[in-house]
Amino acid sequence: MSLLITGATLPDGTSTDLLIDHGVITERGSGLSQKGAAVVDAAGLRALPGLVDLHTHLREPGFEQSETVLSGSRAAAAGGFTAVHAMANTSPVADTAGVVEQVASLGEQYGYVTVRPVGAVSMGLAGERLSEIGAMAQSRAAVRVFSDDGTCVSDPLLMRRALEYVKTFGGVIAQHAQEPRLTEGAQLNEGALSSELGLAGWPAVAEEAIIARDVLLAQHVGARLHVCHVSTAGSVEVIRWAKARGIQVTAEVTPHHLLLDEQLAVGYDARFKVNPPLRREEDVLALRAALADGVIDIVATDHAPHPAEAKECAWQEAAFGMVGLESAVSVVQAAVVESGQLDWADLARVLSSKPAEIGRLSGYDAPFSVGAPAHLTLIDPTARRTFGVEHLHGKSANSPYLGRELPGRIVATVHGGVPTVLDGELRPHGEVAARVAH
Amino acid sequence: MTQLRHLLSVRDLDREAALGILDLAEDMADVATRAVPKLPTLRGRTVANLFFEDSTRTRLSFEAAAKRLGADVITVSAKGSSVSKGESLKDTAQTIAAMGIDAVVLRHSASGAARVLADSGWIDASVVNAGDGTHEHPTQGLLDAYTMRKARHGDGSRGADLMGLRVTIVGDILHSRVARSNVWLLQTLGASVHLVGPQTLLPQGVDGWPVTSGTDLDAALDEEPDVVMMLRVQSERMLAAYFPNEREYARQWGLDDVRLARLAPDTMVMHPGPMNRGLEISSAAADSARSLVLDQVTNGVSIRMAVLYLMLAGAGVGA
Repeated sequence: MSLLITGATLPDGTSTDLLIDHGVITERGSGLSQKGAAVVDAAGLRALPGLVDLHTHLREPGFEQSETVLSGSRAAAAGGFTAVHAMANTSPVADTAGVVEQVASLGEQYGYVTVRPVGAVSMGLAGERLSEIGAMAQSRAAVRVFSDDGTCVSDPLLMRRALEYVKTFGGVIAQHAQEPRLTEGAQLNEGALSSELGLAGWPAVAEEAIIARDVLLAQHVGARLHVCHVSTAGSVEVIRWAKARGIQVTAEVTPHHLLLDEQLAVGYDARFKVNPPLRREEDVLALRAALADGVIDIVATDHAPHPAEAKECAWQEAAFGMVGLESAVSVVQAAVVESGQLDWADLARVLSSKPAEIGRLSGYDAPFSVGAPAHLTLIDPTARRTFGVEHLHGKSANSPYLGRELPGRIVATVHGGVPTVLDGELRPHGEVAARVAH
Repeated sequence: MTQLRHLLSVRDLDREAALGILDLAEDMADVATRAVPKLPTLRGRTVANLFFEDSTRTRLSFEAAAKRLGADVITVSAKGSSVSKGESLKDTAQTIAAMGIDAVVLRHSASGAARVLADSGWIDASVVNAGDGTHEHPTQGLLDAYTMRKARHGDGSRGADLMGLRVTIVGDILHSRVARSNVWLLQTLGASVHLVGPQTLLPQGVDGWPVTSGTDLDAALDEEPDVVMMLRVQSERMLAAYFPNEREYARQWGLDDVRLARLAPDTMVMHPGPMNRGLEISSAAADSARSLVLDQVTNGVSIRMAVLYLMLAGAGVGA
């Protein structure tokens, strides 16, 4: 079935109709028509290429009470995403070809988004021996991103070997930069506030020291390093220095680190507990500036679902993490678009083409051009909504934005020509799966 | 006298409210001197002591306070109860609440646990923070302020604040809920506070607190403070490299006999207990005429009576 999108405003500000057939964009221009095509009126809407999340926790296999490939895929589609990279800290850990192939094929079967498994760097995330990196790379899942996210590859020798090893097939190590000894029991950004609240501090240096070490290792072996969820102004300066030296390093920032700061922890509401922690306001401002000037390459959600009981407890007993797929674009809009620091073309870069490039995901390098795969999302940038649980579509509700007014709304999402969201509503599971099967 | 809904942090108390509690505790202390030291104003009320962390002295003090006011007391301690089997704060609190209670006295190893319980809507009862992690211990702060005021003003204590009093707190400030409650409450009452300890045990950002701080105990004693409050040293801090060993700690930051001898005769020596004699405080210092350690314990009951009274009776004493 073909799909005709009329009057969409592209990231560069021009307006066009788009005709989609058999999963690709077949025509582009004004006044397009196609007999029998389903028509989406995109007048007044912003079109972005399908969003690509480089950092998602889908929790399956093993933690299906928090999220599954299906529920996380739906949450992603609702947020405008057409591809997600599923982190390896599942049970069993994604450290063998079998696990990554299973996760990828579930994603394919459901069809809401392309699910790209991230492979573990070390067996069982234990930080001791390399996982079956080669087998995962050569598997049907064709893994290119490897990460022990949740824990840091703190052993410098293991990190060096991992960087060298993935270089052979163009892979990348995505590092969760957290020096473990400096952060034992850590709960909140270390500073005046953590001292007042009596919460063990998570010092900025514990992130910055690992990034500094890793960029030097990446330089030494000539490999690609990606830094997950950069959270401090000091980290930005280390990455800026590394890029100036020509080191192959890329970096991501989460939506929440662009909008929220540590002061939200004052009431000990565990919804605001996340790793790395919310930082000072000056860190938030530095991260926004770094995203604008390109030192930070992309936005990635670190969507981390947890069941209610993991957050309904005292702060230090609560789990780290926030869900973020459904709110990502709105939060980025609030943090850096409304301030004028990024425009919609920048958003297309930091939320789609660049994360796809880092993850070696094809089909995202020439969005909206004739012949390109039809991955896109339509956004009403003028909408404002009080974010609520009704806007969440995964299994968990641990969003820090509940009750907060956010700009923008995803009106439609198209993944490989298949509408996954229309009129702001997720399309049913059966319909999407059936269309993908065609 | 305004009623208290909860007591979670001394920072929720302004000068008037803090003095109200201290003054009411004076009345409660008078009750203790009666032939039958009871004031059965809370008859029919039930107070639950919910202790997720062991603390014999605080628990006994709250129990004594509640019983002197005629309240019934339920005590749930960590050991040998469902708490030790990993039951959550929410479930334990709701279970106790379902039995019909008016106030929860909560001791918990997690900072903010009392705030979470009070804000959660899980239960309707009032919440008293009896120590939450390394955050606060408000009734300890109040009993310390009461003890200082009594030592300074004696029978003229009612209505008086601590204006001009100079208090030096020594030891593991970083992990001390007692220090935090003292810092904020003493500031509210007009005292000045100096914190002394190893640099490793002074909190990050202490510069932003309304105190002065340093690492040299002898220099601090040269300033002739009115109060020297020694904090308990936990032996596990040594293993985490906060300081090399007990001997070095005692030498640098212990109130030993030599330092004791330097103090003016009316210097108040305080310690929240339990004491490590020979480590942060010598036996001579703990047992000296300057020591108010046992007064602190006695006054703790009066303070806790006042707090429970303000929560559960809701009117001025003697009204």
